[in-house]
Amino acid sequence: MSDQIDVHKVARLGALAVSDDEVAAVGQKLNAILGLFDQLAAINTDGVEPMAHPLDQVQRLREDVVTETDIHEYVQQIAPKVEAGLYLVPKVIE
Amino acid sequence: MNFHQMTMVQLAEQLRNKSVSSVELTQYFLDRMAQFDGQINSYITQTPDLALAQAAVADARRAAGEDGLLLGMPLAHKDIFCTKDVITTCASKMLANFKAPYNATVVEKLNAAGMVTLGKVNMDEFAMGSTTENSAFGVTRNPWSLDAVPGGSSGGSAAALAAGLAPVATGTDTGGSIRQPAAFCGVTGIKPTYGSVSRYGMIAYASSLDQGGPMAKTAEDCAHLLSAMAGFDERDSTCAEGARPDYVAGLNDSVKGLRIGLPKEYFGEGLSAEVKAATMAVAAELEKQGAVLVEVSLPNTSAAMPAYYVIAPAEASSNLSRYDGVRFGHRCDNPKDLKDMYTRSRSEGFGAEVKRRIMVGAYVLSAGYYDAYYLKAQRVRRLIKQDFVNAFDQCDVILGPVAPTPAWKLGEKTADPTAMYLADIYTIPVNLAGLPAIALPAGFSGGLPVGVQLIGNYFSEPKLLNVAHQYQQATQHHIQMPAAFA
Amino acid sequence: MTWETVIGLEVHAQLATNTKIFSAASTAFGAMPNTQACLVDLGMPGVLPVLNKGVVDMAIRFGLAVGATVAEKSVFARKNYFYPDLPKGYQISQFELPVVLGGQITIEVDGKKKVINLTRAHLEEDAGKSLHEDFEGYSGIDLNRAGTPLLEIVSEPDLRSPAEAVAYAKKLHELVQYLGICDGNMQEGSFRVDANVSVHRPGAPFGTRAEIKNVNSFKFLERAIMFEVERQIDVIEAGGQVVQETRLYDAAKDETRSMRSKEEAMDYRYFPCPDLLPLIITPAMIEAVKADMPELPDAKRARFMSQYGLNDYDAMVLTNSREIADYYEAVVAATGGKDAKIAANWVMGELNARLNNDNLSISESPVDAQRMAGLIARILDQTISGKIAKDVFDAMWTSQDSADAIIESKGLKQITDPVAIAAMVRGVIDQFPEQLAQYKGGRDKLFGFFVGEVMKATKGKANPGQVNQILKDELAK
Repeated sequence: MSDQIDVHKVARLGALAVSDDEVAAVGQKLNAILGLFDQLAAINTDGVEPMAHPLDQVQRLREDVVTETDIHEYVQQIAPKVEAGLYLVPKVIE
Repeated sequence: MNFHQMTMVQLAEQLRNKSVSSVELTQYFLDRMAQFDGQINSYITQTPDLALAQAAVADARRAAGEDGLLLGMPLAHKDIFCTKDVITTCASKMLANFKAPYNATVVEKLNAAGMVTLGKVNMDEFAMGSTTENSAFGVTRNPWSLDAVPGGSSGGSAAALAAGLAPVATGTDTGGSIRQPAAFCGVTGIKPTYGSVSRYGMIAYASSLDQGGPMAKTAEDCAHLLSAMAGFDERDSTCAEGARPDYVAGLNDSVKGLRIGLPKEYFGEGLSAEVKAATMAVAAELEKQGAVLVEVSLPNTSAAMPAYYVIAPAEASSNLSRYDGVRFGHRCDNPKDLKDMYTRSRSEGFGAEVKRRIMVGAYVLSAGYYDAYYLKAQRVRRLIKQDFVNAFDQCDVILGPVAPTPAWKLGEKTADPTAMYLADIYTIPVNLAGLPAIALPAGFSGGLPVGVQLIGNYFSEPKLLNVAHQYQQATQHHIQMPAAFA
Repeated sequence: MTWETVIGLEVHAQLATNTKIFSAASTAFGAMPNTQACLVDLGMPGVLPVLNKGVVDMAIRFGLAVGATVAEKSVFARKNYFYPDLPKGYQISQFELPVVLGGQITIEVDGKKKVINLTRAHLEEDAGKSLHEDFEGYSGIDLNRAGTPLLEIVSEPDLRSPAEAVAYAKKLHELVQYLGICDGNMQEGSFRVDANVSVHRPGAPFGTRAEIKNVNSFKFLERAIMFEVERQIDVIEAGGQVVQETRLYDAAKDETRSMRSKEEAMDYRYFPCPDLLPLIITPAMIEAVKADMPELPDAKRARFMSQYGLNDYDAMVLTNSREIADYYEAVVAATGGKDAKIAANWVMGELNARLNNDNLSISESPVDAQRMAGLIARILDQTISGKIAKDVFDAMWTSQDSADAIIESKGLKQITDPVAIAAMVRGVIDQFPEQLAQYKGGRDKLFGFFVGEVMKATKGKANPGQVNQILKDELAK
């Protein structure tokens, strides 16, 4: 089951850079981790529902009432780059 | 007075009878931190100004007639809990300068109880690790042996407690991160039932597994701290509704007739002789007090580790996508374009283990692998929960080791992540099932503490705390301190 | 050879809640940048989402309105990708288990009715906005819109022409406003339409589809699809192949163009959001929404015909929007339910013309339903004629006065005294002996001339019906 991991692909999905000289070492560790997962395939889970949450709870609903206030000046103190109330990022090209 | 040798309940009595003020007690611990933390590096951020200000307020509240076991009590917060206007790093370079704009619900509740924040303690980056070696702010050392790991990820909490640099601390446990460092450092810590303690403001690693909890010298201290930490929070959809049980009232109940399950899968290959012996000694002591030992089986135990290392990285890879250098946190210098900003900010900001888990998580969720890995792991997760449900038909609590061995040497397992993961086999199933479990000191081996854990059914924390307390009433392991810090 | 076109629409309707889908921040449009982005919307470390009940109620309302299945259990998932307007690096959406399944919308094109099937409707959060004004090579990010609730309504590929697509989109647009779940403002992006378009030869399987985004009016929707159909046919006829891709509609150039191709296909890695639990919709919740459900357009149209005796066309026009229908019913009610047809004529005629002329919506009308009813009451009780009423209406448009006050101050009250009218009629006849002679000689058309002269003499205030009758009598003498 454990294919060799495509390091460049998973790095791209995670928005991480892996340089060419790191690829082999990173890939070797990732593949070792994937190797641990092989035993999952051996377990019979026929008819077993996937379990996403430990408790059988259901989603609680919040009343549709505004309680939040304008905090932009405060929270933008910790932002890397802001101007005119906007978060600045390198130009978005579509 | 040697306040650092006292339990929190004893310190509370000192505050209550005015033998010491909160400001004095706080200063005592601040002095110890200044004196000793250089040796173990348990704190990332010390907050003396905040602490003394909070202590003064607590003293004023007490002078005004207020009473409360936690009023004026110093504590250390794992640096995963957001503390308003205080740097909250999660032990990551990514958040090295992150002044949290709000308090975690846990912090808010403990502040309201009058507790005093001594500082923020070290951990594995984003709680990913079992040794506190994955911290951007240096490793934390085990006070019992400075070349040993303190465990992780709440290693700073455990080490600070063991060294007497805080009376109590908060921790979080996603795969054993409260219990394993507690065991390695000879302190007590409880991972509550998932949903007992609000996760709001507790920086997420793996949302369906993360749970905050108290760490202290004793089960009794944990019971008091948990009483203040737990409770419904409307800001956390996964937080259980309704009142929490009384964690303190039953501490002195007898364990007579208690059925203690010993899962045979926890005593097989891989468990060191000394940990096995310590665990059996705990069983013998409880049996002596009237408990009944029964063998139970948790047949899917060996599948828990791979299931966990699929599910936790999957959730983590998504949870950590918000660290993009836009609204907070590290941004690389002079990004040449958007993609460059993302990849360089994240690559510079995250450490190796975090990056590994992000990539593993992305992989197991990606097209073509989702069913075989993620969905399969979710199915296995249900089997593991069912194992416990079945076991609790036959016993009231389960007793087992926390880790296969006592603390290992710094650097011993850093080169091989899979060896590190294997050390989590006894703690992980509890998180997958969402159950409560308490780790408590059970003796020593080669000068290093050995811990055991008691696992309970959902919301049975009062029972776990009761059993642990009864054990600690009859034993002395939990009040030992390493000589260098005694 | 001919081509067949296949179209499916994905409509993103912003739900008209007070707060965001997962936070208690306001959703009001037009605030200063980032003033409505709270910690949750900003994706701060440690924050968590809690679902808004209003969002769920609106989704149920929509499901009931289109005859869909409201899912007993639906699940929120994370769609993972990096983009600056997406603060968490994932969008919380519904993937495998959406809240609404199936349903139908009936459209009418060229007098023919057609049922369009819906695939699903699911809840998700909107993203923020990138502002591309030049901040020295940087874009500015405003996260006010981040977390605004969206209902994404996906149709089956049942549409076969641009006209059908527009009819469907308009019907949906009307419906969501009727339901009060979306303000329908396309300019502000409250109602956004993406179109999946493909072409194939009759009898052949469906062609490869392209998705057209960025369409913000019905006119552009039609044009974008028309352009895209032509483009695809040209590609195929030139021996090429249509590629599955996302294309942006450029209204200025009236063309669609490929979005900058992604380096590799997107892999969104959907998985259930661990911060949210399954959404369980109980029968009690559905009943509560049902009890609160507004009347739907088709039902209202039928009722207008039976209750007010309107014809199909009038009923359709008056139920075109909930505001117009409500206005009309308020007018009818205020006039005591008498002669609903006159009220209909006034709402569709004078009022509508003035609103169009002044580019106002009915909710902005200077003459509200109460004042309109006051005017119609005076027509009904013959205080004024329909013609005078138009003058009164003009005066009402630019003042706050009631019809009665205007009639009084301008002395417009209709003359209905038969004796007085007869006297005036005789006066007019005496004034025009020549015309009288011609009329008597057989020029019947001169009757109208005499009516006009009588009305002129009474400044239009004489009751026209009485004038007709009395004139006829007098001329016959």
